[in-house]
Amino acid sequence: MNEWSIIWQSRDTFISGFLKTLQLFGISALLGLLLGVVLLYLLEGQSNWLRKGLGGFINVMRTVPFLILAYLIYYGLPQGGLRLSADLSGLIALTLYHGAYFSEILRGQRLVIPKGLVEAAQAHGFRHHLVFLRIILPNVFMSSLPLLGNQLIVCLKDTAFLCIITVREVTAAANSVQSTYFIPMKAFLVAILLYWIISLVIEYGIRYLTRFGKQRGFSHV
Amino acid sequence: MDLKAWLLLLEGAWTTVWISGIAIAIGISAGLLIAIIRRQAIPVIDQLLALYISLARATPLVTLVLFLFLSLPAVGINLDKHVAAILALTLNTAAFNAEIWRSALNNFSRDQHEAAQAIGMTDWVFFRRIMLPQLVTVSLPALVNEMSFLIKGSPAIAIIGLVDLTRVTNRIASVTYDPLYPILGAGLIYMLMIGVLVKAQSLAERHARRLAV
Repeated sequence: MNEWSIIWQSRDTFISGFLKTLQLFGISALLGLLLGVVLLYLLEGQSNWLRKGLGGFINVMRTVPFLILAYLIYYGLPQGGLRLSADLSGLIALTLYHGAYFSEILRGQRLVIPKGLVEAAQAHGFRHHLVFLRIILPNVFMSSLPLLGNQLIVCLKDTAFLCIITVREVTAAANSVQSTYFIPMKAFLVAILLYWIISLVIEYGIRYLTRFGKQRGFSHV
Repeated sequence: MDLKAWLLLLEGAWTTVWISGIAIAIGISAGLLIAIIRRQAIPVIDQLLALYISLARATPLVTLVLFLFLSLPAVGINLDKHVAAILALTLNTAAFNAEIWRSALNNFSRDQHEAAQAIGMTDWVFFRRIMLPQLVTVSLPALVNEMSFLIKGSPAIAIIGLVDLTRVTNRIASVTYDPLYPILGAGLIYMLMIGVLVKAQSLAERHARRLAV
């Protein structure tokens, strides 16, 4: 039991790491979702050079590991004269990377939205951006909830990579506690437990939203 | 970037490929095994496996690699870092693969089993000849997707000192003081790997569809 008391004594390290993880995850998830929605809006309509470029960006993000992007921003950009802190680099990398994934998920659902829905809205005189905002977006968003939830968990797990570029998040906190007192098993168990709790919260949140969506009549089952 | 840097990158790429390859091979078989065991719904074991899957899906690879590499020696199991890396990747991917196999198993029609019994097939022959080919065909897209996730997660093994394709960029940069191009080169090699995987999947799918007709 002695080792647990060491963990309890170093709880400040864990709490600050946990808060850093939550902060990185929360901000990048919100910004990433926003980026995903903006990309979805920009990708509406006929293919042109802008849309081809955006599609290329999304495809590159989908075939490259997250850590490579984080390296590129943290180690690569200073060569071009732009030096960012580790936290900010991590935040930008998370947002860009997962924004691309979110937009790809939303686009997948956008393709299966019945045409009649959009045409009916146009017939009622909705303008282009209003059709997107009031008709397409809510439908696409509610029907892709389970996939978005999975991606949110991937986003949470990717924050752990940032300890490699010296961000002080919860895995880094566990590592510093274990190297000071040499209690590797319990230190990392605490970290894993904390990740698990966040992912359970995400899972139940998505389930709640799905039920809410069903009440509002978004699923046509 | 000179030739030497490219050779170092390729060496790192090889480390990534063989470690991921072994983890994928074990992970897919272990996933199938877990899915089959869970089908039997054995009281305590089923809950334990469900807990394992839930935990493994929520644990970041970096944390898992560090946990295994540092805490197993503390309980008397000494691990080579390559073994620790493969173990961590396998534990992670097996949980996802188990879910993929499980949904394929749940959607498998019962009539085929009855038909096989009626013509006197043993359970093993039925599984090997009838069930497995169909399960593989159905699960292949999801399994390949999970393989590419594993490769994209594999840079996590760098944290215990393995020089994989991502880590090697640091090595090159520490000599040349030029981190940008090695990182871009590594990104390119990753894109190539995933591209080959996706291409192989579409070929396999065409092959499977030809068999189905």
